[in-house]
Amino acid sequence: MRRVYHRIENISGNVINLRAEDVTYRELAEVTSRRGMSLAQVIRLKGDEVSLQVFAGSRGVATDAQVRFLGHTMRVPFSDSLLGRIFTGGSVPRDKGPVLSDNLIEIGGPPVNPVKRIIPSKMVRTGIPMIDVFNTLVESQKLPIFAAAGEPYNQLLARIALQAEVDIIILGGMGLKYDDYLYFRDTLDEQGALARTVMFVHTAADPVVECLLVPDISLAVAENFALAGKRVLVLLTDMTSFADALKEIAITMEQIPSNRGYPGDLYSQLASRYEKAVDFDTAGSISILAATTMPGDDVTHPVPDNTGYITEGQFYLRDGHIEPFGSLSRLKQQVNGKTRDDHRTIMNTMIQLFAAYRESLEKLAMGFRMSPWDEKLLKYGKRFEHEMMDLSVNIPLEQALDLGWAILADCFEPMETGIHSSLIDKFWPKAAGVETNP
Amino acid sequence: MSATGKIQGVNGNMLTVEFDDAVGQNEVGYAWIGDVGLMCEVVRVRGKYVDMQVFEDTTGLQVGGKVEFSGNLLDVELGPGLLGQVFDGLRNPLHRVAEKCGFFLKRGTYVEALPRDSEWAFTPVVKKGDEVSAGIALGTVPEGIFAHKIMVPFGIKGPCSVEEIAEAGKYTVEKKIAQLKDERGVVHEVTMVQNWPVKIPISCHKERLKPTEPLVTKVRIIDTFFPVARGGTYCIPGPFGAGKTVLQQITSRHADVDVVVVAACGERAGEVVETIREFPELVDPRTGRSLMERTVIICNTSSMPVAAREASVYTAVTLAEYYRQMGLSVLLLADSTSRWAQALREASGRLEEIPGEEAFPAYLESVVASFYERGGVLTLPDGSTGSITIGGTVSPAGGNFDEPVTQSTLKVVGAFHGLSRSRSDARRYPAIDPLESWSRYPSVVDSNDVAMAREILKKGNDVAQMMKVVGEEGTPIEDFVTYMKAEYVDSTYLQQDAYDKVDGASPAERQKHVFGALARILATPLTFENKEDGRRFFHRLTHLTKDWNRLEMDSADFGKLQGEIEDIVSNPTSVSG
Repeated sequence: MRRVYHRIENISGNVINLRAEDVTYRELAEVTSRRGMSLAQVIRLKGDEVSLQVFAGSRGVATDAQVRFLGHTMRVPFSDSLLGRIFTGGSVPRDKGPVLSDNLIEIGGPPVNPVKRIIPSKMVRTGIPMIDVFNTLVESQKLPIFAAAGEPYNQLLARIALQAEVDIIILGGMGLKYDDYLYFRDTLDEQGALARTVMFVHTAADPVVECLLVPDISLAVAENFALAGKRVLVLLTDMTSFADALKEIAITMEQIPSNRGYPGDLYSQLASRYEKAVDFDTAGSISILAATTMPGDDVTHPVPDNTGYITEGQFYLRDGHIEPFGSLSRLKQQVNGKTRDDHRTIMNTMIQLFAAYRESLEKLAMGFRMSPWDEKLLKYGKRFEHEMMDLSVNIPLEQALDLGWAILADCFEPMETGIHSSLIDKFWPKAAGVETNP
Repeated sequence: MSATGKIQGVNGNMLTVEFDDAVGQNEVGYAWIGDVGLMCEVVRVRGKYVDMQVFEDTTGLQVGGKVEFSGNLLDVELGPGLLGQVFDGLRNPLHRVAEKCGFFLKRGTYVEALPRDSEWAFTPVVKKGDEVSAGIALGTVPEGIFAHKIMVPFGIKGPCSVEEIAEAGKYTVEKKIAQLKDERGVVHEVTMVQNWPVKIPISCHKERLKPTEPLVTKVRIIDTFFPVARGGTYCIPGPFGAGKTVLQQITSRHADVDVVVVAACGERAGEVVETIREFPELVDPRTGRSLMERTVIICNTSSMPVAAREASVYTAVTLAEYYRQMGLSVLLLADSTSRWAQALREASGRLEEIPGEEAFPAYLESVVASFYERGGVLTLPDGSTGSITIGGTVSPAGGNFDEPVTQSTLKVVGAFHGLSRSRSDARRYPAIDPLESWSRYPSVVDSNDVAMAREILKKGNDVAQMMKVVGEEGTPIEDFVTYMKAEYVDSTYLQQDAYDKVDGASPAERQKHVFGALARILATPLTFENKEDGRRFFHRLTHLTKDWNRLEMDSADFGKLQGEIEDIVSNPTSVSG
């Protein structure tokens, strides 16, 4: 029989303290006060003193609130009936659907044994040339989108989710603006993808502790789908809000901050979530795309910095498009040799020429003289920006490669591109200069 | 009878335990949840309480829970059968854990490092009545490519006489193979397996030598410009995406050593998976056998428990010491030491110690130093020498080398391979910064030539900076030639295509030959009518030299192309004219 406690000794931030016995570490409790009931989790034990983190926040919790320990850790129902549903960070339905309570699974489970992983080998097609051609996404990859506030990273996530050939999409929203939540819901609904989507959404107005639960819940559900052989894509937005929530709790718990107030275990905390991305030997896979906003557009800020060390590359979203420099898919080599003969060549050549274009632009800005070569590069750069980099471009990989050849042929002589002659013979458009409109 | 205790507090992976009998610092214990015991280690003793760091997830532990102390420090099993295996930080063999637990690592699962049922063909090298001491071989068993020495346990003090020794034959690791009697008359039974505490260095050597012999990694910029010595230490700091791990992987393939111990400490699991899946398929050119046969992987990736991350580094170095004791040359690659330092920081924070810079504990420097000091070249009791070379990556926050882990590492290592973001952005791999890096070890090529090349690289960089301001028009032609020479060294020698079979691995002989030729070119004064001629000449020269890099050294074309290169250098106008 679980005992009920009535005397809270300390309330500080979202953490309450009381004296209780037979409490296990990380177990859940129900805290009922005048404002209603909230779940709370044990985050420290010291003798008979128990510290609990209250999910709904401690506001309005009275010293005589009723605390009942549940004897288990945070769990989430798992079944196919999750599909199409929307929940809060505390896994309470946010839509008008029924409460699910069958087949509860623990969240934050153990790590995968590295010897049971396999080398990723399957491309994820997105229809975005900057991804498919230049930084191919691979099944089981974990990749953040680094963006300053205000960049359309949520739109990009939604597009990738809709176009990626995956079985199940899980959206974990952290600190989402309500508008953005509605945007995700409506977009997925309009495109008919809601039926294969599960959403766990914490909005900016919700209690901060629930934000901490979102990645774990999303990934626990994803893991179970993957074990059942499904290819799962998890979208997490915005991981900086998650890190900020960690910071808030750490400081309430009087932990010594390491860098700009973030706790010393920020790397481990982020890694234990991102590392859930996996291609299982003999089962499904989990890929993770996560938006990470960069405060002050600064990539050395602790959150993007630690993230970069964990993830397999990153996309920089700048001025509304995916920046070709700095963006990197570390796994692209695993797949882009198997798509089409010219894939790697187009990828390298177009980026090298684009780099040369940027140099010409600089020269132009400094007032140096433009050579005929510079003029060619300027023409090329403009076409590249409009027809490849623009996020509204939506074409399959093969078409994007053809477009690449068309642009090259329009701007340069074959010699000038440095492409191997066997590929020039095979792919260089015969009637050069033909416009292709995607 | 070892002590027992009761949990009094739980904070993250740190327990406060009230104990009854004597306990030791760093003693290992088990905290029980039902029938699962979680391994933990004493990190601080205070009155009747000890603080213990748990190597696993602590969910479900409760106040009053039972803790059993083992009486031992965290140790590792040493014996035949370690090579080719993949262990976690607590030396559980991951393949056998997978057989037992499936996809996930179940906490509280501990499996013996060495299989108990495999038999090894033992050949004694001592006979009854011989006098031996710790670290002396009693016999050998064949393991992979060499004879694995079965040694007198490292913990035995003073000389012993051999009372019994097994005959040649096949034995399992737990079978007694010898009986020794020490000076005080105490009898020791010896099997093929012995345990050794990971945090204490094995010291059964005669003396420690200065590392002087180059360890060839077949990476040109390292062996020629910033060499590593056998028994030396080096570090590779770099921002994310600069290629630390790729460089470590290349080194683990090509380095001229007997055994490679890879400690994947707090990094991506995917990278270890590549090694685990690819190494068994790759052939070691030195032996013609699979690379995995000379490799041990200690893998505690970023999502595995943090406390075991610290242990993984020590486990790795202990295994390295064990193989060094057999007179072998061992390379230990630790990726990344920053994650290990962060594990120390997390533990220190939970112990509420007064923090040092960036909240790292004040003892960070001494811990890092004593780790790197476990490398070195030793002469062993039997007169042979063995070495451990340690290479550690560092992942500095924000890519800024002025942070505590990089700085404490730089103080104790013999070579610094700093990776630069701008070089990796420009796809100049390996992205080791040729201006900032340094090494105190001797190069495989002539040191005067290296000094000259470095001077040109430095001047070339100055000119490049200048050119950004005044444009190419405003740069004198002599400076422009220096700049082109620097670019030439960079693109044909410093950069190396890891994916090319020939260019990807350049042996010492080849480096001597090619760098000699390169030095002669650099020393040749070159003048041009105008910059366009100079540029065309260097483009041609670079193109030829890159092709040259891709030819086998013993092929006829190799000599032919070298002749062609020398021709155009002796007559530069032939290109520009």
